[in-house]
Amino acid sequence: MTDNILEMRSITKTFPGVKALSGVSLSVRRGEVHAICGENGAGKSTLMKVLSGVYPHGTYEGDIVFDGQVSRFSGISDSERAGIAIIHQELALVPYLSITENLFLGNEVRGRTGLIDWHRANGEASKLLQRVGLDENPTTPIGQLGVGKQQLVEIAKALSKDVRLLILDEPTAALNDNDSEHLLGLLRQLRSEGMTSIMISHKLNEIEAISDAVTIIRDGQTIETLDMRADTVTEDRIIRGMVGRDLDSRFPERESHPGEEVFRIEDWTVGHPSQDRHVVDGANLSVRAGEVIGIAGLMGAGRTELAMSVFGRSYGRYLSGQLYMHGKPIVARSVRQAIKHGIAYATEDRKKYGLNLIDDIKRNISAAALGKLATGGFVNAHEEIRVAEDSKRSMNIKAPTVMAVTGKLSGGNQQKVVLSKWIYSDPEVLILDEPTRGIDVGAKYEIYTIINRLVAAGKAVIVISSELPELLGICDRVYTLSAGRITGELPVAEATQERLMSLMTKDKTPARAGAHTPSTDDDQEHSA
Amino acid sequence: MSGTGDLLKKGSAPGSLPSKPPAPRSGSANPFRALTGNLRESGIYIAFVVVVLLFAFLTDGLSLSPGNITNIVLQYSYVLVLAIGMVIVIVAGHIDLSVGSVVALTGAVSAQLVIGSSQPWWVGVLAALAVGLAIGAWQGFWVAFVGIPAFIVTLAGMLLFRGLTYYVLDNVSLSPFPGEYNGIATGFIPALMGGYGYDAFTLFIGAVAVAGYAVSQVRNRIARVRYQQSVESMPLFVLKLIAVAAVVMAFAWQLANSRGMPIVLIILAVLILTYSLVMKSSVFGRQVYAIGGNLAAAQLSGVNVRRVNFWIFVNMGFLAAVAGVIFSSRSNGAQPGAGNSFELDAIAAAFIGGAAVTGGVGKVTGAMIGGLLVGVISNGMQLLGVDQSLQQVIKGLVLLLAVAFDVYNKRRAGVR
Ligand SMILES: Nc1ncnc2c1ncn2[C@@H]1O[C@H](COP(=O)(O)OP(=O)(O)OP(=O)(O)O)[C@@H](O)[C@H]1O
Ligand SMILES: [Mg+2]
Repeated sequence: MTDNILEMRSITKTFPGVKALSGVSLSVRRGEVHAICGENGAGKSTLMKVLSGVYPHGTYEGDIVFDGQVSRFSGISDSERAGIAIIHQELALVPYLSITENLFLGNEVRGRTGLIDWHRANGEASKLLQRVGLDENPTTPIGQLGVGKQQLVEIAKALSKDVRLLILDEPTAALNDNDSEHLLGLLRQLRSEGMTSIMISHKLNEIEAISDAVTIIRDGQTIETLDMRADTVTEDRIIRGMVGRDLDSRFPERESHPGEEVFRIEDWTVGHPSQDRHVVDGANLSVRAGEVIGIAGLMGAGRTELAMSVFGRSYGRYLSGQLYMHGKPIVARSVRQAIKHGIAYATEDRKKYGLNLIDDIKRNISAAALGKLATGGFVNAHEEIRVAEDSKRSMNIKAPTVMAVTGKLSGGNQQKVVLSKWIYSDPEVLILDEPTRGIDVGAKYEIYTIINRLVAAGKAVIVISSELPELLGICDRVYTLSAGRITGELPVAEATQERLMSLMTKDKTPARAGAHTPSTDDDQEHSA
Repeated sequence: MSGTGDLLKKGSAPGSLPSKPPAPRSGSANPFRALTGNLRESGIYIAFVVVVLLFAFLTDGLSLSPGNITNIVLQYSYVLVLAIGMVIVIVAGHIDLSVGSVVALTGAVSAQLVIGSSQPWWVGVLAALAVGLAIGAWQGFWVAFVGIPAFIVTLAGMLLFRGLTYYVLDNVSLSPFPGEYNGIATGFIPALMGGYGYDAFTLFIGAVAVAGYAVSQVRNRIARVRYQQSVESMPLFVLKLIAVAAVVMAFAWQLANSRGMPIVLIILAVLILTYSLVMKSSVFGRQVYAIGGNLAAAQLSGVNVRRVNFWIFVNMGFLAAVAGVIFSSRSNGAQPGAGNSFELDAIAAAFIGGAAVTGGVGKVTGAMIGGLLVGVISNGMQLLGVDQSLQQVIKGLVLLLAVAFDVYNKRRAGVR
């Protein structure tokens, strides 16, 4: 008992119409890294919001015992005072403020006059940055840092508040391998200094690598807590706990019979929206009917930029290049034209670019193809509901009705709504940008199945992904992109992670103009 | 970062501001749940009924007298017309501060033609509408194609068009209009069917409205059943129809006992029906909600954002001109200071009616109820002889409370 820093006892939390948690218990030992796993919508984030006072005492049932004391937090500031800090997946930093300003926001370092003492603040900021291993000037605006570094600033901010329990909700979901590795290293270091952390993640390899214990939540209930220090616990063991059965394979079987070429990109060159450099440089690729191709590349290689610029020039400045649909040249100057020609692009950032979060499922699904539901400019609302219910059934979207607001769905279900939207637009070629980001193993499998169904129907699919095993598992061919250039093309039979990696890092010299700073995908500006 | 409000906000995902209660908007079998579940939408109706009853009580029924009901319709019609356009602007995430000045300018142009140059009344009306459309296109151009925030463009417009009004009128008021023009806002449909101390035609129109409502409700219900959606229980459905019919007929009866059917009411009804339909089920309306809900996502779904924004302002200009015609007709002339602060009434109507400051949420019917609520309160206070200054104070408080109530509701629904 005494070595448990945290006990959450039979926590129950209901939202109108949804029981998100029913009697969840969680014990965390002092000084460990405790992972929480579970499918999308299992209730992980909700549990952490209960713990950190986002949902204040009185809005849930059950007890929280932190450091031997029954705690009744009425808000985040309460839990922070007690020594608990939460880092949400959606970072809460102010982009135009400097690192220092963000670090001490609401907690400003004041001099004797009551005014802010910037010298001392910057000095302390430097110390904190050093502690999290971030080599940046504290006066740099946050907006200029990549997500990985912003994540570190969030942690530094938590450290400045003297926390003893650090909660991270999917901290690595949007990070590349290097940044993830750094973050995990930092967690190890903090553990050695005595910090306790709770980490939610869908990346099982990371959980295996770092955590001391893992608690599995399914359908709002605690299933089990596994001791990871015993080395009998494997990824498959965790998956069994999450989905309640063994998953034979991570990728559904598919027989590949590529047909005629559907879509081709030739000599595609795109300029950065505001700087004088090429983000995509003379890219060529093609995809055939019934084929899944992958695009592999490091952060900043220009994968999203390539896809978005093809999709009605939604990114950057078009410089040169030609698109072909079924062998005929096409021009797609706007998203509308691109959709008309049969191109669909499902974004990597579903909350920002994919969904109208305040609107319901059915209207999100019909958004890209309203014309199909309309006669004389008016939408047939009943037909729209029918369409949405069809999608809900075939995609297995978990929601009470298609009238449910998308903002309240869990990540996996939101992703399925985005996919439904583009499938309903009935494209010839579907570009999926990180389709499984932040999605649990079970839902991933379902999404792969959906991809297979599409190609079986003769569609062409292009998948952009940072997870090489995923590309190897579902694609027929994989292109590699490095610094805006296609550096290789491999049939999946000949591709290995190592070969892809070496192609992805090949030719890192800047493409023609200007110096290329190793940027991350999130520096990209979606000009529109 | 000290108030709970702020802290709560930090917890929710940025940009995820779900603002409708999760309870099914489709009718539920349980009338109580249907009411509480839809509180955000029905709350304003409840407030409206309460306020109407309150003033009926305070004025000993005077506020519900035939003459007064006619009066409210005539007096607030132009604010309602403006509110229709304004709620669309607000749903798309913009604002329009210039409508008051546009009302003045369109009225002035019309007056200058009809009174100043003795043109027929319809020349004045057409000219006003043309000016309204041109102003809308001008503002739409700056907002949609140049990308200047609507707040700035219409703030400039407010000054610009007020200045032009003074110029057109040469700093003096013009009046009176000839009878036909004056009749637009003050006239009544002639007693086509005769009557026995009351106007049968007005009752006939009321009956048509009730029948139309009933037919559309029944058809909607049949379609919902066919598409396997939930519907309210039969007794509740019938009860609802009877209640609406009773209110409409009572309203028509009061009008019939006064001066008959005001022309303005017909104009207003046509506008409300048309725009409700457009916002609810036209592709254009959907695109407005999509833009207000998530601009980037709308863009990436193929919505031509610029075009939609442009037409939103053209439409606002048009409706401001309609309001300008009605107002000039009602005041029987044009004054340089006409329409002062109408924009605020229209904006207040939209927000009281449940539109969200962040865009993406709002309804034409809501804005109408919001506008009427303000109208009933002002009218009631006038009947009671409340001091002008106090009236302003109360109107301000109503706006604040209405929106506070809305925010509270959202929070209670667990949405924050
Ligand atoms: N504010 C809310 N209102 C209504 N329902 C909600 C709300 N927040 C969460 N839910 C519901 O509660 C359940 C649990 O959601 P939660 O976000 O905790 O899932 P999660 O385990 O974090 O999933 P993911 O892995 O996708 O992030 C889901 O069914 C979700 O739809
Ligand atoms: Mg979550």
